[in-house]
Amino acid sequence: MGIDFIIAAIITVVGLTTPILLAGLGELVVEKSGVLNLGVEGMMLMGAISGFAVTVFTFNPWFGVLGAAAGGALASLLFAVLVLQLNSNQVATGLALTIFGTGLSSLMGLSFTGRIVVPFLSVFPDSLAKHEYLQLIFGYSPIVYFALIMVPLTTWFLKSTRAGLILRAVGENDLSAHSIGYSVIKVRYAAIAFGGAMAGIGGCYFSMVITPMWAEKMTAGRGWIALALVVFAGWRTGRLLAGAYFFGILMALELYAKASGFSFLPSQFWAAMPYAMTVVALSFISSRGTAGANAPACLGKPFLPST
Amino acid sequence: MASPARLELTGITKRFPGVLANDNVGFSVKPGEIHALLGENGAGKSTLVKMIYGIMQPDAGEIRWDGQRINVANPKAARKLGIGMVFQHFSLFEAMTVLENIALGMDAKIPARDLESRILAVMGQYGLKLEPHRIVSTLSVGERQRIEIVRALLLNPKLLIMDEPTSVLTPQEVEQLFTVLRKLAQEGCSILYISHKLHEIKALCDTATILRGGKLVDTCDPAVETSRSMAEKMIGSSLKDISRVAGRAFGATKLAVQALSLAADGPFGTALSDISFNVRAGELFGVAGVAGNGQNALLLALSGEATNADPASVTVDGVAVGHMQARARRGHGVASVPEERNGHAAVPIFTLADNAVLTARDRLGMVRAGLIDAKAARTYAGEVIEAFAVKATGPSAMAESLSGGNLQKYIMGREILQKPQVLVVSQPTWGVDAGAAAAIHQALVDLAATGSAIVVISQDLDELLSLCDTMAVINGGRLSRPMAVAEAKIDEIGLLMGGIHGEAAHAH
Repeated sequence: MGIDFIIAAIITVVGLTTPILLAGLGELVVEKSGVLNLGVEGMMLMGAISGFAVTVFTFNPWFGVLGAAAGGALASLLFAVLVLQLNSNQVATGLALTIFGTGLSSLMGLSFTGRIVVPFLSVFPDSLAKHEYLQLIFGYSPIVYFALIMVPLTTWFLKSTRAGLILRAVGENDLSAHSIGYSVIKVRYAAIAFGGAMAGIGGCYFSMVITPMWAEKMTAGRGWIALALVVFAGWRTGRLLAGAYFFGILMALELYAKASGFSFLPSQFWAAMPYAMTVVALSFISSRGTAGANAPACLGKPFLPST
Repeated sequence: MASPARLELTGITKRFPGVLANDNVGFSVKPGEIHALLGENGAGKSTLVKMIYGIMQPDAGEIRWDGQRINVANPKAARKLGIGMVFQHFSLFEAMTVLENIALGMDAKIPARDLESRILAVMGQYGLKLEPHRIVSTLSVGERQRIEIVRALLLNPKLLIMDEPTSVLTPQEVEQLFTVLRKLAQEGCSILYISHKLHEIKALCDTATILRGGKLVDTCDPAVETSRSMAEKMIGSSLKDISRVAGRAFGATKLAVQALSLAADGPFGTALSDISFNVRAGELFGVAGVAGNGQNALLLALSGEATNADPASVTVDGVAVGHMQARARRGHGVASVPEERNGHAAVPIFTLADNAVLTARDRLGMVRAGLIDAKAARTYAGEVIEAFAVKATGPSAMAESLSGGNLQKYIMGREILQKPQVLVVSQPTWGVDAGAAAAIHQALVDLAATGSAIVVISQDLDELLSLCDTMAVINGGRLSRPMAVAEAKIDEIGLLMGGIHGEAAHAH
């Protein structure tokens, strides 16, 4: 096992981690505001097709990423209207959003099937981006750096800003926040839109970086992993980063198992690993009895002020 | 009058559909005066202060502030005038720190560091002890209240409204609170103090305004009045004492709890450790303590909602029932009334008759061949309504349609009329008006007189002292040595409630 192999493996892991890290960070903020949006998969697919389509028309991947954010956010706002304005059940609405996003993205993608865009790769000069060792630092798509910057930014926002404090307050006790005079609905709209945009950007990583083309259901269930990741991380950003890389390594194992033909176990076993580990991790966390301690107290409950 | 009153209300009227909550109420509060607002539940105290604090608008009448006629549009406007309010039910965020909670309640945006130094200054000035970086869920109720008080004091209020502030405090905490309030009043801050605890009002307040059924009954000087005379004005009739046979002898031990331990239920629960006590036939056994010290766990462990691996941890009439579920324990004569009326003791969207079936089906044979005997259920629900003077449209009324006090009377009645050998009740008169509370107390005393053993878990020390024969204090999941109420010292009980175990507690 040479050094080249290790470098290639690390780059693979980073690539696999980025989408779930982005979507997970977005969902973490949404859940911190007290809303459970199970539509991450749908929003990622909407982001994937929107980002791809904008890139095809504008030939500019930066606009593509903005388009992906807009596509994810628009899909999430549909969810927001149903859940916040009409007090529909968050679980059912979130599931519906996944189904809707899957279907609508396929419909939108019909005319884009078979087209390719220039992959949105490193913007650093080749002397850095393709350098034998320095590519470990400079060889990624700008989306990767964006995801990594968003981790401390989200932490700072939630912990140290007044807006973050209000967002957590709304998720912790919506009625108290309302009685003090904060607008629970507005805060949640903003959080849901942010979650949608982040999921959208995570989704476009598939259609613009990994395989620079559109395919139906190309996010392959990663939205569900992002959801599990939030619980796995106990609603903490630092642990979300660690968890995302943990899952990233598991997913890379599947690829390498296929490629190098690990024969003692079928590759389906490795493919199932991230999902199996999700179940194991969740069972472990809940058996310690502390899973609920950091969960936002109003998570998943509709906001029904009495006055 | 040299200077105008700080707050003057005249002719305040507020009407809700079907109810006149405030009918032409007027009184005034001078600067630096501690003014009590007295009345039973539903007398209109809360509605009145909500109008002062801008949560509601009066239909008629006027509010004057320092002589100026004002409209308080919302709580923000009230705070701007210098009106602060400490609510009975705190609006706190459990998983956040003290500092974050206070920051959320401030209208002005103050940087965290400045806010912290201002909080420390206010706490130092009034002797309020709080650690700004503690998480609220780890704090006692008294400490939580201090957060609300600090939050109000940071606004330099000219009028502080306190809504039933002492209902959850230990006697020592009450004394500390009074010291703070007296200091505030000396500095010229007026205080509007809502309570139904008359001895506190006598100890603290300069003036008392008494409301009954939304109308002003009297404004009097609590120093001149007796507790009894104020209570009678409050309920509008003469007060009935609990009647009981003097010098009762207790029978054999009915309920024996031996080395009972229970793991904590959830991250904010309290574990029970090594609890032992006996309750004899005819005895009323009180468990005092500040909320959140294991009262809920104790009720669950006794009722059978939480079972124990050791059958002998709970015995009823010599039968070990510690391992049995609630239904099996009911078979052995154990009945219970949990603290939460809606959702625990009763299903809100079930009728009263259906709610009767839930706990009385086995003892009273309401199920035949697997089918509910609806007629038996209705008859029994009717008996309970009749015997306990429950205000309801009948056995088919939904539980949620009853007021808190009436539902509580119904639930107590549902258990008591099953003639349990052992009855465990938690907070039997929480949020219940004085008339209903007296009826519930009398029913408990009467049940004890028939030879049942009764455990009363309550945060209301006055209730336990007037009702029980024996009492113990629960703190941090441990139960103190039982003591005869006749010999109990308030100071010692207070220390036990605060977690300080004196010599006497260690002796056994």
